[in-house]
Amino acid sequence: MSKNKAYIAPDGKRPLTARQTFVYAVLILWAAISLFPVYWMLTFSLKNNAEIFGENVIGLPKYWVWENYSRALHTGDMPRYFLNSVIVAVSTILITLTASVMATYAMTRLQWKGSKTMNKFFMLGLTIPIHASIVPLYTTLSRLKMLNSYWALIIPYSAFSLAMGILICIGFMGDIPYDLDEAAFIDGCGVWGIFLRIIAPLMTPAVATVGIYTFLQCWNELMFANVFISKDALKTLPVGVQALSGQYTTDWGPIGAALSLATIPTLIVYVFLSKRIQDSFIAGAVKG
Amino acid sequence: MKRPFSYKLNIFLFLLPALILFIGVLIAPIILSGYYSLTEWNGLKTPVFIGLANYRELFTSRSINIMRALKNAMLLALLSTCIQLPFALWLALKLSKHVKGERAYLSIYFMPVLISTVVIGQLWLKIYNPDYGVLNLCLRGMGLDNLAQIWLGNKKTALWAAFVPILWQYVGYHMLLMYAGIKGVPPELNEAAMLDGCTESQVNRYIIIPYIKPILRVSVIFAVTGSLKSFDLIYVLTNGGPNHATEVPSTLMINLLFLRNRYGMGSTIAVMLIVLCFAFAILINMIFKEEKGR
Repeated sequence: MSKNKAYIAPDGKRPLTARQTFVYAVLILWAAISLFPVYWMLTFSLKNNAEIFGENVIGLPKYWVWENYSRALHTGDMPRYFLNSVIVAVSTILITLTASVMATYAMTRLQWKGSKTMNKFFMLGLTIPIHASIVPLYTTLSRLKMLNSYWALIIPYSAFSLAMGILICIGFMGDIPYDLDEAAFIDGCGVWGIFLRIIAPLMTPAVATVGIYTFLQCWNELMFANVFISKDALKTLPVGVQALSGQYTTDWGPIGAALSLATIPTLIVYVFLSKRIQDSFIAGAVKG
Repeated sequence: MKRPFSYKLNIFLFLLPALILFIGVLIAPIILSGYYSLTEWNGLKTPVFIGLANYRELFTSRSINIMRALKNAMLLALLSTCIQLPFALWLALKLSKHVKGERAYLSIYFMPVLISTVVIGQLWLKIYNPDYGVLNLCLRGMGLDNLAQIWLGNKKTALWAAFVPILWQYVGYHMLLMYAGIKGVPPELNEAAMLDGCTESQVNRYIIIPYIKPILRVSVIFAVTGSLKSFDLIYVLTNGGPNHATEVPSTLMINLLFLRNRYGMGSTIAVMLIVLCFAFAILINMIFKEEKGR
């Protein structure tokens, strides 16, 4: 068992002291507690009610009931919620990226008096809670007949991701040497030419970091999604899953399958990009 | 060296998309919220200006009972800073000492942060389920039948039961920030201290923790303001019930807004939350600065 290996000291010979054993025991216990809900979700999503409700609560399923997944896909509108979440997330990422790379360029590469103040102004966005704008946004969107549309989520999500986007972009743009701008200028490039041909292509590392951060923010957001969208066909995953769970309270298998379907994409991305994802969270907090 | 270009129109054009979003969605609505908080408004007719009456009602009304909601949020903030953060710091300190499988632990601890709060809420609802939930089954299995509870339905246990998943989910987040900070401590500092005969706990106390103070400050601010703003998990787990025992300011606000159509009063709570968040952020900054000065 790989678990037991942890009890052997790092050099492989000396046995651990009591204190080290305690440390490893807590580390392993917390890992188990962190993983348990997800492990449990994945297993009960494949069980029948008899197993879930008594015969086999914590173990792996005895009979793998894949039918739960097809039921989750067909009874609710899971594929639809999924698609909605993708549309909202991708559009938000595109808008956030464009706006924040452009603003960062103006504030760090072009010379003007108020650039520092402007930067501080944008950084206010890091501390403003979304509660601040929920009433005015709701009434304005309803007056413009924009409730129950993708824009009702995309625009607010982009605006609230902007401060973090700019913060991350400033770090990355600072790494691009000014000599490049000057060389391009001497070769006859204008401000826009430099931006589009030199800066934008060199900002790809920032694209990944901002993209991941923004994606996770809007993929999981509940308050706006819950209030601004009431039409079933436009619901995002969190709201859709919440509605589904309310309808099928006694059928845990299909609910487990729906919850798993909403979670698995994030987990897959996390397995491949764990370092990147963690870095994007660190970048956001440490400089803020 | 002077950079060769500075065209005002271009600067404006580059800033335009960000400015439109930022002013349109954040700045203007805050000002509007401030105004709405001074009005009586059901969302349909025009708002009627009533001065500070909403604020007076908010802090005196028994039916709204904002004090209970604030008390709950402050309790969460307290638990978060006194239990969650120290535990996260402990994990980060241990993990940064070349534990075998360091990255695996780190990634596992951070995983709950990425999962949608709705999914986490639904899972914990099932863990707490009085009849079939894992928690009660375990207690019964250990022969502790009398400890088995209707965790989220009992007024005495609901609040604590609702807080556990919130604290559980974000341990990994704080741990990650602190871990990154600890990894940024120059190794020479550690080595010098070790050569001088410092024990591990002395190194932690006198070198590492002072060094990562800026990160601890950020963590405390996030923990406190996050507790004040908490909504998602409470909404999914109890929605403020049973009998308002788990009400927090955000659930009150949403209920006043969309169940009772009291847009003025909802805005009043929103404004109160913003002010509280900023006030606590400033207060925490001051506390950390004072420590530095000593």
